[in-house]
This record gives sequence, C-alpha cells and structure tokens, in this order.
Amino acid sequence: MRPFSLETADDLAEALRLGAQENAAGAHVRAPMQYLAGGTNLLDLMKLDVMRPERLVNINGLQRQYGMIEADGAGLTLGALARMSAVADDPVVRRDYRVLSDALRLAASQQLRNMASLAGNVLQRTRCNYFRDTSWGACNKREPGSGCAAMEGVNRRLAVLGVSDRCIANYPGDFANALAALGAEVTVLDGAGGTRTLPFEELHRLPGDTPHIETNLKPGELITGFRVPAGPWTRRSLYLKIRDRESFDFALTSAAVALDLGDDGTVREARIGIGGLVAKPWRSHEAEAALRGRRLDEASAAEAAEAAFADAVVHSETAFKPELGRRTLVRALLEAARLTI
Amino acid sequence: MAEDPKTATAGSPFGKPQVRIDGRAKVTGRALYPSDEPVGNPAYAFLLTSAIARGRIRRFDLGEARAVEGVLDILTHETAGGEAKPPEMQSGGKTTTTLESDRVWHDGQIIGVVVANSYEIAREAAFRVRVHYEKEAPSASFGSPGAEEEVREPGEHKDYRVGNADAELASAEVTVDGWYGTPTQHHNPIELFTTTCAWENGKLTIWEPSQFVYGLRGNVAGQLGIDPEDVRVVSRFVGGAFGSKGGATARTAWIAVAARRVNRPVKLVATRDQGFTIVTYRAETRHHLQLAATRDGRLTALRHEGWELTSRPSDYNVSGTETTARMYACPNILTKVNIVHADRNTPGFMRAPPDTPYMFPLECAMDELAARLGIDPIELRRINDTQTDPTNGQTFSSRHLMDCFDRGAERFGWSRRDPRPGSMSNGDWLVGLGCASAAYPSNIAATAARVSLRPDGHARVQIAAHDIGTGAYTVVAIMAADQLGLAPEQVTVEMGDSSLPPASLAAGSSHTATITHAVAKACGELRDRIARAATTSNNGPLAGRDPATLVLSAGRLTAPDGAAEPLVDAVKRLTPGALEVYAENIPKGLSPEAMETLYKGKPPMSRGQNREDVTAYAFGAQFVEVRVHSRTREIRVPRMVGAFASGRIVNPLTAHSQYMGGMIWGLGAALLEKTEIDPRHARYVNDNISEYHIPVNADVRRVEVIMIPETDRDVNPLGVKGIGEIGIVGVNAAIANAVFHATGKRIRQLPIRIEDLL
Repeated sequence: MRPFSLETADDLAEALRLGAQENAAGAHVRAPMQYLAGGTNLLDLMKLDVMRPERLVNINGLQRQYGMIEADGAGLTLGALARMSAVADDPVVRRDYRVLSDALRLAASQQLRNMASLAGNVLQRTRCNYFRDTSWGACNKREPGSGCAAMEGVNRRLAVLGVSDRCIANYPGDFANALAALGAEVTVLDGAGGTRTLPFEELHRLPGDTPHIETNLKPGELITGFRVPAGPWTRRSLYLKIRDRESFDFALTSAAVALDLGDDGTVREARIGIGGLVAKPWRSHEAEAALRGRRLDEASAAEAAEAAFADAVVHSETAFKPELGRRTLVRALLEAARLTI
Repeated sequence: MAEDPKTATAGSPFGKPQVRIDGRAKVTGRALYPSDEPVGNPAYAFLLTSAIARGRIRRFDLGEARAVEGVLDILTHETAGGEAKPPEMQSGGKTTTTLESDRVWHDGQIIGVVVANSYEIAREAAFRVRVHYEKEAPSASFGSPGAEEEVREPGEHKDYRVGNADAELASAEVTVDGWYGTPTQHHNPIELFTTTCAWENGKLTIWEPSQFVYGLRGNVAGQLGIDPEDVRVVSRFVGGAFGSKGGATARTAWIAVAARRVNRPVKLVATRDQGFTIVTYRAETRHHLQLAATRDGRLTALRHEGWELTSRPSDYNVSGTETTARMYACPNILTKVNIVHADRNTPGFMRAPPDTPYMFPLECAMDELAARLGIDPIELRRINDTQTDPTNGQTFSSRHLMDCFDRGAERFGWSRRDPRPGSMSNGDWLVGLGCASAAYPSNIAATAARVSLRPDGHARVQIAAHDIGTGAYTVVAIMAADQLGLAPEQVTVEMGDSSLPPASLAAGSSHTATITHAVAKACGELRDRIARAATTSNNGPLAGRDPATLVLSAGRLTAPDGAAEPLVDAVKRLTPGALEVYAENIPKGLSPEAMETLYKGKPPMSRGQNREDVTAYAFGAQFVEVRVHSRTREIRVPRMVGAFASGRIVNPLTAHSQYMGGMIWGLGAALLEKTEIDPRHARYVNDNISEYHIPVNADVRRVEVIMIPETDRDVNPLGVKGIGEIGIVGVNAAIANAVFHATGKRIRQLPIRIEDLL
C-alpha cells in the first residue's frame, strides 16, 4: 500500500467536487482518485499494490440519499449505496425479485455483505491471481501491453465467454449477472452534476484489445443507482451458483434465470444471465431466444444452454467449463419452472 | 515415578472431560501469542521475496525504497548475506538458501528484508524495490523438464521386502493396480508466521510461534555462531501449526540480524502469501499401488511405490510405506520410495505427514478390491486384519482396528448401504457411502519437567512444552493433578519458553505421551520424597509405614490402613517453602544421551514403527457419506463418523476436538485443498485463503467421533498413544470410495472436483 489522502463527502455536491479529475481521460479504475464506499475490494487491491490511488473520497455519507430500496408497479429502484445485505434481506425483493436476493445472498460472507455497497459490488474486479499479484509481470489488465500470464497458466477459475487474446479474466460477481438478466439500467452522474442512464449490460466492457478499461465509466463519474423494470418473469426467478465449496466462494459457473410461463409451460419470456465464466456481467440473448415460445423441458433447456455457450473459448484448464455452464443453466431453468410463485 | 505410574485414583481428573485451563485467557485476549508480546521501540520488517523460481539476482535497485522516509535498513545478499547461515531442516540434510548468496532456488524465496519505523513504511518500501534477475528455466513438479528423480535409499526410513510380491502379482487370482496422486498442500494456520527479535547485552530473545522452542534456539544459535545459552525462545501460545512451525526456517536469523543492525527490537509478521514459500508444506506425491488376493479376499501381495517432490538440494521425504506395509496381513510385500527434485521450496511436516498421502492409495485399492470380489469393504479388512506386524513378525502393542470398524459401522448405519454403485439417491442428489482404515504410529520422546509443590497444596509445573491449540496446558495440569492428588485448578502450568526444562518437538502425535510421562515422573519423585519424610519421621501419623504404599489424594497423604496426614504438614517436614523436583524421562529404547541431545535442540524420539519390542500404532475407521448432484456434480459431505482406538485418553473434551478437526481437514484435503502451481514458472498461484480452499462451516455437517476405550500396557507406562494425526488419516480415501459408490467413478487424483465427475 502506498500513501494516499482520504477526504469525506457529506453530500453529493461535495462528492462531485472532491471527485473532480484534472485528467478526465482513461480508465476510471486507473484514475488517481477513487470513490470509497464499502472498501471491500478497493482496499484489498491497494494493500496488494494493484491499485494505487492517491486520493480516496469517502461517499458513505451519501447513503441516506442513495441507499434506497423502493419498489412500485413499474419496477425496483436501488440506491448505489444500499448495502448488499439490506437488499438481499428486503422482503419485497425476496418475493418479487428473487434472483436479485439469491445472487446477493450467495455472494461473499455476511460480514462483507454488511459492508459492501451495490455499486461497489458491481464494479468489483477480477480475482485472476495473475492480476492480483504484482510479482507477475504479464497482465494486460494491470499493465497494458505486458501480456497475459494466465493464458497458459493456472486458469481453471477464469472465463470462457467474452474473452480475447489479450485477457481471459472473469468477472467474479453474482448480483451483476442478475441485473443484466433483468434488463436493469444504471444511473451515472458526471463531474458537472449531469445525469446519464445506460443499460446495465453496457456498463462493463469486453476486454478486447483494452482489458485495462473495464467499464464505460469515466474518471470522476459516480454511479447513483439501479432501476430494474418490473415484468411478469421477475417472480419466477432464481440464481444458481455452482462452486467448489458450499459458501464463501466465487462461482465456477452460475445462472440467473427469470421465466414467464404460460399455463401449459410455454415460455412467454425468459431472462437469462450467465456468471462465473464470463469476462463481464452477461445476459444471454441467444439462450432467451431459443426458449421463447417453446415448452420448457429438458430438451428446450438444453438447446438454450447450447446457444448460450456456442461461442465459448477454452484454455488449458477450462475445457470442462462450457459443459458445466450448460448443465448449470439447464438445472436453473428446470428448477425455476418448478418454483411455486 | 516408578516404572509403572499409578493414575486415575478416585477423584482423579485423568480421563475426564476438562475445559481448557487457558481457555478464558484465549477468548478474552489475555493470552499473549508471540507477536503480541510487547517490546520497547520496535522497528518493523517486511520480507522481499523472489518473483522467479530459478536463477540469480543480478542486482537490486534500492534507491526508491531507501528514499521512503522511515526506512532504516535493507538487508540483501550484498549488504548482509554473510551474517547468518541457513538453518538445519526438520529432518536434517541440505536445503535451499536465502540471502546468503545471489542464488534463487524457488518462488517466493527470501531475498531481502526491509526494516522501517512502521509496518506500512516497510511494506511500501518493499514494493518500491526493483530486482533484476538472471532467469533460468525452472522445473515445477513431476514430469517437468529438468526435474531429477532418484531412488530414496534406506536411512531414516526403511523399505520393506517380504516374500516375492512381483512374482505373486504376476500369478495371482485377482489383482488391482492403480496410479494415484495427492496435490501440494499448505497448512495456512490462522496465526501467520511471525518473528520478533530483541538483543540485550549480547543475548538474543526470540518471540516466535514454535512447536519446538529448544530446536529453534539451537538452530538460530548455530546460524548466528553464538552460544545457545545466549538465545531464549518464547512461544507461550501458538495459533495453529500442524507441522508448519515445527522446524527452524530462514526468516528467524535474518530478523535477529536486522535487530542487531538497527540496534532495536524488530518485528516481522509475514504475509499470507509469503507463508506459502518461506516455510514448509506438504509436497505432491504419486503412487503406484498394486494388490493381489485370493478370491475369498485374502491379500497375497502388496506392492507400493511412492514418488515425493522436494527442493533441489533436499532429500526430505515422508515414506508412508512404513505404515501401508503394516496395515494388513500379507505374505508378499514390496515398498519403494523415489524423490523428485524440482525448483521448489523444501517441504516438511504437515498433519499425518506420511500417512495422509500414503494411506490414500492403499485404502482406495482395498475398496476397489472389495468391489471386484463382491466382498463388503469392512469384511475385506476383517479378513486381512492381524495382530502381527507383517514386516517383521512383531506383535502390535495393541490393535483394535476391527472394533473401530464395528462401532463406527453401527453408528453410521453401514448396513443400509446398497453396495451397487449409483444405486442410492436422495432427490436430485446421488448418495455414496465409503469407509477407510486409519493408522498412525505411537511415538514418544525424551523430555524433562520441573514440578514444585507449596504447602498450601498448589503446584507449579514448568516444562518447555508447546500448546499448538491441542490443549497441552490442560493435559499437563491434569497429569500433575492426578499424580499429586489435586484439582487441575490447583496447578499452574508454564510452557513455551526455552528457559524452562526442555521438552521435545510437539509433532508426530508424540507430545501428550511425552509430556505426561515427564510430568508423572517429576510428580512421582516429589510424592516419594514427601512419603519418605512422613514415614521416617518419628512423630507423624504415618511414621513407620511403607512409603511406597502411601497415596496422595484430595490434599492428604494416606496409608492403606487409613492413617493419614494433611499434605500441608507433610510438605512442611521437608521445607518451609515450596518443594521442587526436576526430572528427566527417557523412554524405553532411547539412549542415555537423549537428554543431552534434546538440550542441543534435537528431538530424540522413539517411533512406533521402529521399536524392537513391539510395533506401536493407533488405529481407526473413517466413514463418510457424500452427495453428488446428478446434474452439476457438486460434492457435499453431510455426514462423517470416525472411530478411534488410541490408548488412554487424558482429556476426552480436547481429544474430541482434535479428532473432529482432523476429520474435517480430511474432508478439505479430499475435495478442496490444492496449491496451484504455474507449470511454466514453477510459482504458486493461489497463495491466499480466498482461493486455497479449506472447508467453511457450511461444508461441515454432522461429524461424529467415537473413542474406543483401549488399555495398552506395552506402548508406554501410561498407556497413552497420540491422537493428533490419526483423525485425518484415511478420510481422503473414505471420500473417494464414497464418490465411487455414488457415481461409479474411481477418482485417484486429489482433490476430487466437479470436473472429475462431469
């Protein structure tokens, strides 16, 4: 860890003022100023010398303003600073947006969920060990152009979808995959106080040739909240997370599914997110399309899973992951269809 | 102590559940672990470690690091390399060096020490050091280019050749033949590897968590070229060790050197990832295991060949064939062990060092043989059970393996098992039931103790023994209370300090047997002195009685005829103050020089498999139920039962915890634990406990421990066998066997993971 200054903002104007950047270009994760909410990821990365911000702006004072959990007929509004545990345990979220509650509850530990904010959670960075340990010279995400040590190294926990020949790091989170599946939007404030809204699916970027640029946020921009549209599928939803141990583990594979089924079991609408083995939070429009209008059964679920992983690219230790990912999605779909709602 | 100490008199705490006497201090934070010990005006160290596994250091750029305000010193091979020599390894032989030279032997090798006014400054400066290497292509593991294999010659460990196993395997009615593997594993005790060093008037004090304070003392003295009498090691509490704190490692001497150079105490708390490379670990093993049998299940041949990985210079190996060769009656036995050298740090002790990896192939092969023959796996073990060590014809001091199986099977509900693989399920989950044998040699070492008794009936025991979380403080209190007729609360215990009488290494399941015998001997001599004084005085109530018949209990010295004298009066005959006795116990079979060796920091140990009178082992049976999801193949363990016969149990409460901890570790070792090694760079990749997985609470459901009462007059006078290691032994095989039962898949490489079952 390197020396840094810590400033605290009590309101939005102060946060934006403190967060204003002299140089507004480049990737926000590499900017010298970083907003500090729960700190469960940022502080770890600073101790590891992976992130080296010079200034932290503590925005936890904004939680009263941006910590809301509000549902109405049109959808669910979640403040950026709502804590993971509060949203996971909210009775309306649990009943009407189960996939969100599941994804939060299955992530991290209770202590971390109590600390971590929603916006911080969706911005958490990869667990790729070659990224998190600076003694590895080659990491295009950490040091652009330095190469990728993971490609032929220990990569069992890394991605098979959305990868590039520069980076195979996976996005490790859960909640973001559920947000992507449900077609959420994210609200962002720029340094001047202007607001923009973008589809959650467009918040994160694929690695491509620039894996060090992980999101479409600009330095100094601040996420203020998420909007999840209501739909007849949000109740019949669940998050299935497959991992080596029962708890406190990142996903090898995961599936966020939400279904609107007709009385005869026909899929009127399906929303499908994939996690654990993708470079960013991921919605599989291909799998959704494969299911629409079909009766949900083993065969249609398997076809959806084939569609979801059609573009998978495997490396030395990830050959098993497309198959496990397909099985995970099939199991999630069949279990969601069996839910009593 | 007489040759045969009397224990368990009426009211004795021996064998009764006793809460830890240090429990309150631990949970209230009053217990001082070594890094907690206050020292005046300390400086702080941060280790520099190599980012390559093989090569040389061309140069350091230290300018940016030295410029950080508050940096006091940076030790490298260029600035301080001549100030200490490498330590001796746990089991002797050569090992890798650190900053004695520019040579890099392995990933994460200590190549420098930054010393600063605060931990944060030292860490920041360490991040600012640039190292220029001359890299050489490293060998990571078995099969890597450049790895060198050699046969392990008999020495500390033996090979066994009984009959002609190869001939029998070639002609037998039934054979099983398999290749097995166990992965690299690291202990990761919650307490990190810490060292604090302070010099005063040329004398060095070291506060460091240790399983052997005299060993560390002797080692560091040798490394620094000073008299061991000028070194004191303090380790009152240890926050988990499991073998990792059993031997001296290089860091200690460098922190002592740093403290001398900056003329201040220096504290080091190494990071979690550094803990993977600056101390020892369990190296990966490979096995070729072959069994031959008759159709009715009698073993006719066992051939077990092992391969163990080690560093380039070290010949460390665990040779668990010493146990597998003795498990079952078998007329033809052949064992062999090979060592493979690669560019890795030197391995060392880790819970049940030989038996955890070596019993895995044997107990899987027994299950496979049972399935092949259509014989129940427990019955196959009964057919081949023996009271005679098949390698040398000696009798086992006691062996209640089948009692363990029978009691365990009953509790587990083994009779409900349908032997057909894949035949049992529960909803979407396949159910598998598996079992395996456990065994561990009963070891005991030479050790001394000092016991003093005040006239008010309060005793103090001083012994440089080690409580590595096992409950050793409480065991010592129980033993002294038992021998002196007191309650454990009346005994004060001082341990973990090399200024106390020397105790041997707390390892190899030897410590309870070792320290109880030394404490009993000192207490016995103390009792004898009081009894002699009471019987030879001409005015007391016990005058003229035979001193050997007097019993000390409940604060009174009592003769068989009922005559008695309060302890207070009896002690006062000898001294107005405290009566103190120092005693040394050298177990049967060890040489009279054992004590002198111990004082020098080497542990003289009698090993259960090397004795010339009996073969001494503890035995057990492990039962596991697994669930495997029919679609996504996660493996979960809802139930474990372990039954163990390990002699007399001093404290069933802490014994239960130890067995349970071992079984849970076995679960982790079978399904989760694996240090991932980058094959091209020979570097550990998941060097953190986020991704080096051990079980969390949610993975551990029902765990039942059964302690089979066992009287063994031959293992040692008190009949105490060790229990620290046996709890983990066999669990990996029981789980692999249960996975086979659930799925029909025989997985021979640990850990067993989802992808193995897809």
